[in-house]
Amino acid sequence: MLTLLVLTPLLGAVVVSLIPARRGELHMPLGMALSVAPLGVAGAVFFSFDKGEASFQMVEKVVWWEPWGIAWHLGVDGISLGLVALTTLLFPLSLAASDSITHRRKAFVVAMLFLETGLIGSFLALDLVVFFVFFEVILVPMYLIIGIWGGERRVYAAVKFFIYTALGSALLLAAIIALAVIHASQTVGGALSFDFPTLLALDISPTAQMWLFGAFALAFAIKVPLFPFHTWLPDAHVEAPTAGSVLLAGVLLKLGTYGLLRFNLTLFPEATVSLVPVLAGLAVVGIIYGAVVAIVQPDLKKLVAYSSVSHLGFVVLGIFALTSAGLQGAVIQNVNHGLTTGALFLLVGMLYDRRHTKKIADFGGLAGRVPLMAGFFLFMAFASIGLPGLNGFVGEFLVLVGSFPSLPAFAVVAAFGVVLAAIYMLWAYQRVFTGPLTGTANRKLVDLSPKETAILAPLAVLVLLLGLYPGILLDRTAPSVEAILDRIEQTTDYEAPSPSRLADVFVSASEDEDR
Amino acid sequence: MIELPTEALWLVIAFPLGGALLLHFVGRWVGEPRAGYLASAASLAAFVVAAVAAVPFFTGEGHPSESLLWEWMPAVGASFEIAWDPLSALMTLVVTGVGSLIHIYSVGYMHGDPRFARFFTYLNLFTASMLTLVLAGNYAMLFVGWELVGLCSYLLISFWFTKPSAASAGKKAFVVNRIGDFGFLIALMLIFSAFGTLSYSGVLGRAAGELSGWAATAIGLTLAAGAIGKSAQIPLYVWLPDAMEGPTPVSALIHAATMVTAGVYVIARSAPIFELAPAASAAVAAVGALTALWAATIAIGQSDIKRVLAYSTISQLGYMFLAVGATAYVAGVFHLMTHAFFKALLFLAAGSVIHAMGGRQDMEEMGGLRKAMPVTFVTMAVGVVAIAGFPPLAGFWSKDEILSVVFNQGGWYTALWLVGLVTALLTAFYMFRQFVMVFLGKPRWPDGVTPHESPRSMTLPLVILAVLSVAGGLVNTPFRLGLEHFLEPSFEGVHLGHPPEGVSLVLILAVLSVAAGVVGAAMAFLAYHRPAEAWRRFQTGFGRVWGWWENAYRVDEAYGATLVAPGRRLAERTAFGVDLKVVDGAVNGMAWLVRAAGRSIRPAQSGLVRQYGLWFGLGLVAFLIWILLRGGA
Repeated sequence: MLTLLVLTPLLGAVVVSLIPARRGELHMPLGMALSVAPLGVAGAVFFSFDKGEASFQMVEKVVWWEPWGIAWHLGVDGISLGLVALTTLLFPLSLAASDSITHRRKAFVVAMLFLETGLIGSFLALDLVVFFVFFEVILVPMYLIIGIWGGERRVYAAVKFFIYTALGSALLLAAIIALAVIHASQTVGGALSFDFPTLLALDISPTAQMWLFGAFALAFAIKVPLFPFHTWLPDAHVEAPTAGSVLLAGVLLKLGTYGLLRFNLTLFPEATVSLVPVLAGLAVVGIIYGAVVAIVQPDLKKLVAYSSVSHLGFVVLGIFALTSAGLQGAVIQNVNHGLTTGALFLLVGMLYDRRHTKKIADFGGLAGRVPLMAGFFLFMAFASIGLPGLNGFVGEFLVLVGSFPSLPAFAVVAAFGVVLAAIYMLWAYQRVFTGPLTGTANRKLVDLSPKETAILAPLAVLVLLLGLYPGILLDRTAPSVEAILDRIEQTTDYEAPSPSRLADVFVSASEDEDR
Repeated sequence: MIELPTEALWLVIAFPLGGALLLHFVGRWVGEPRAGYLASAASLAAFVVAAVAAVPFFTGEGHPSESLLWEWMPAVGASFEIAWDPLSALMTLVVTGVGSLIHIYSVGYMHGDPRFARFFTYLNLFTASMLTLVLAGNYAMLFVGWELVGLCSYLLISFWFTKPSAASAGKKAFVVNRIGDFGFLIALMLIFSAFGTLSYSGVLGRAAGELSGWAATAIGLTLAAGAIGKSAQIPLYVWLPDAMEGPTPVSALIHAATMVTAGVYVIARSAPIFELAPAASAAVAAVGALTALWAATIAIGQSDIKRVLAYSTISQLGYMFLAVGATAYVAGVFHLMTHAFFKALLFLAAGSVIHAMGGRQDMEEMGGLRKAMPVTFVTMAVGVVAIAGFPPLAGFWSKDEILSVVFNQGGWYTALWLVGLVTALLTAFYMFRQFVMVFLGKPRWPDGVTPHESPRSMTLPLVILAVLSVAGGLVNTPFRLGLEHFLEPSFEGVHLGHPPEGVSLVLILAVLSVAAGVVGAAMAFLAYHRPAEAWRRFQTGFGRVWGWWENAYRVDEAYGATLVAPGRRLAERTAFGVDLKVVDGAVNGMAWLVRAAGRSIRPAQSGLVRQYGLWFGLGLVAFLIWILLRGGA
């Protein structure tokens, strides 16, 4: 089933590319229809997923090249399940929101479907070579989407995106090869292996762990992006077409956090434990820094882009909290951010399609003119602010409460990001949507069309559903998260903090005083 | 009588929530006034269910109970669960009772507003959120209600969003509250770290045995930070006066009777934690007393009818803080209830006046409204007398109980008692000042204003609230401690502050607090029951001090200059200096260096893919060399 899931978008791309260019009107609707197929397959995977199982499910393995130990090896677990579902959901929605793409539509649709295969493949791959190929393949369609259908400075943004992330990938590849070599050195007969479950059994020296962790982490940190590797992101977002932004923020960035969680924590547990302060520190800096910078952005899209830096900081903090609540929070925040930020980029795109500007100063008082759009924007803004009852809160709360026992100071600083989020989001909403309606162009705005409403509605429903009943996802995530944590506890002397640690600390402190 | 199982209490939340959902989607077709009736009915239904479910507590047969609705975030012990005990029952009855009256009043008040149905959507949503807050059996679910009432407050303050001041006030309210929430979030983290759960049953029952004084103090102080934001205490009260931009029923419901008391409720609810943290309690009491006095002085200098009431609310909330800080939890909750009655009454009466004056709020343009609006006049008079603390009206009993418990705590609490007493005098002064300026004397109405009494839908709630403001205090008098007895199950094992034992001392304290009220009222009559020129002279007699009161000590300006403006400059410097020039500059600089190096090595053919390949290869070679050198492990 998983192979089918990976290949359906690719198949779709082939089908679309076979439609001749003169039937241009067909490409977009066909692409959309074809991108619904993976969603269906992903739905089947999601609901046939065994909630009680921690390890990989629906595993498929076909050996490709025995001597190098490369295999087509796919599997899904609680860490990747939500992301796969999110990916397949966002593609049809972004294609539906791409009416403003007018030239080279066929190439656009093909690039999009190609991108989808790359993303799904990355999340499902259990062979490091297969993972790396997918991870790299993604760069090409994304480079094209920004570079061809982007804004004025699209080439600069596309090249920056490409070089920056490719740089990280080079190190990643080297580290992957190093792992295979280490495997060879530790196996009788010296066989190479790129098989992820096999590599987990390796005994890697602490120094080697540090180096390899560093290479993996750098590649993923650029992708996340973690402060200070984030500057490619605002440029890419501002220049990318709406669909590009939605997928970039919604899914592509998650490759970074997914990679850290999937590979860094499991392959290099000792390095993980000793590098917690570095990664968690950068995450917290990113939370505050991204939010502060977002406050004063004059461009609405850039504001949302910087908010991503802040929100993904929460994910990374949750990962390196190394507690079950923190890790669960990270996994669900990954999905939540995709839904809310995806929706916000869709809304900014819809606004841009109408007004051909994203400058906050060009708007004012729109709520009276386009109440539906204002309503959706405010709803998603509050989800992004972390209003309890909506999805954003669940992730942030789990991360904060989960990281406090292990990293109290980091958690407290991170919690302040919640205040800043309210400032940048509500101030932006105030300037764009409230006050008197200004400007003749704004007075002629039309509210969301039924199609646009239909694009946003499923996201809104999920935002509410995951906010009130996150069990849908958490139940499926929890066992896999526990397994990762157990693995770290078994392979290192790390011990996840148990409840009432605080009481112990304070009690012993006060007893000392008594003496 | 049918006994309602706790499991059915979700209905209390479901009625207003259902009303909000229904009105959200079909409100436009329901239209005026039916949308208002529907919302009122939903609120009343919640009241009825709550009243039925509360019967066992009244008869003394009820026991606190909990019921799990569904798991939310099991990893942090957060679930949707309802706790039903006398405290949550009382809060529910106040919220739905006073809330229903305000719903009905709004049908008249919001008449003709183009977004009539939307207003009632928000009002119902608020009611559901507030009920979530008070019925929660779990700190996480409480936080849901806590934030959702903040959302509704935001939506309703900026209800007339085309007014920039309204839009700005809504945002300010939410952001300032979030600063308090920052503390609240830390409290939740601390609680989870200490107990491994956020459920009341797992926290409050175990606190006494397991929590150290240090941890309790830390939790108490951070919880108090959240409460200070929500209940508009120093230093976070600045959002509440601006919140008056919202329609007046909103001010009555959210910014007087219910939401702003959530902070007091949280502290009362967490009594077992504060029990272990006398320092945190003392801090709460001090903040409360200081805020009570501070806001009362500002109220004296206001000429906007709603702003007087806004500062008065801050001041009265200060009394409640003083009470719960002095472990007089019952007295605090008691004052919360009576204040809900008379402050809702005062706001609604003020709304009636504003309605009659065609939207004008400046008391200098009023005067002599006594004859034009007899019902509003009489009911507001009741409210003024009640808040001023004249026996036997509601405000007397609750305020007197607070002051006598605080006095009885002795030590430096005596100083807080004195502050409370002075505040009582000031309260009577600014309230009677308002009353005289609005209703007595000669009319100072601008041309074209012809005040008239408000419609029945508005005056009926006034009358009911007036009755409650008269009689509501009788539930807990020194002669019959009904409320204290009623709330007993909620404060089991908690040491409650008590008034002094001796009858004569109690009497002396009561006489003192009544005397303070009489003096304040008399001063107001003397100063203001005269022509306007005379009271303007009286005001200028205070010299610069009056200016401070009038301008609310310029606290907003001070925050603007010391926090907001520098904060913004910092953000701008970070965004356009650090981020663009330093961080991104380093990236582009690196790229430039690489390009320059590439050019010098192999001129003029560095394509993108080639560069990529170069890096790729370099990295690979480096790692392979390293691995070979290390012997493969």
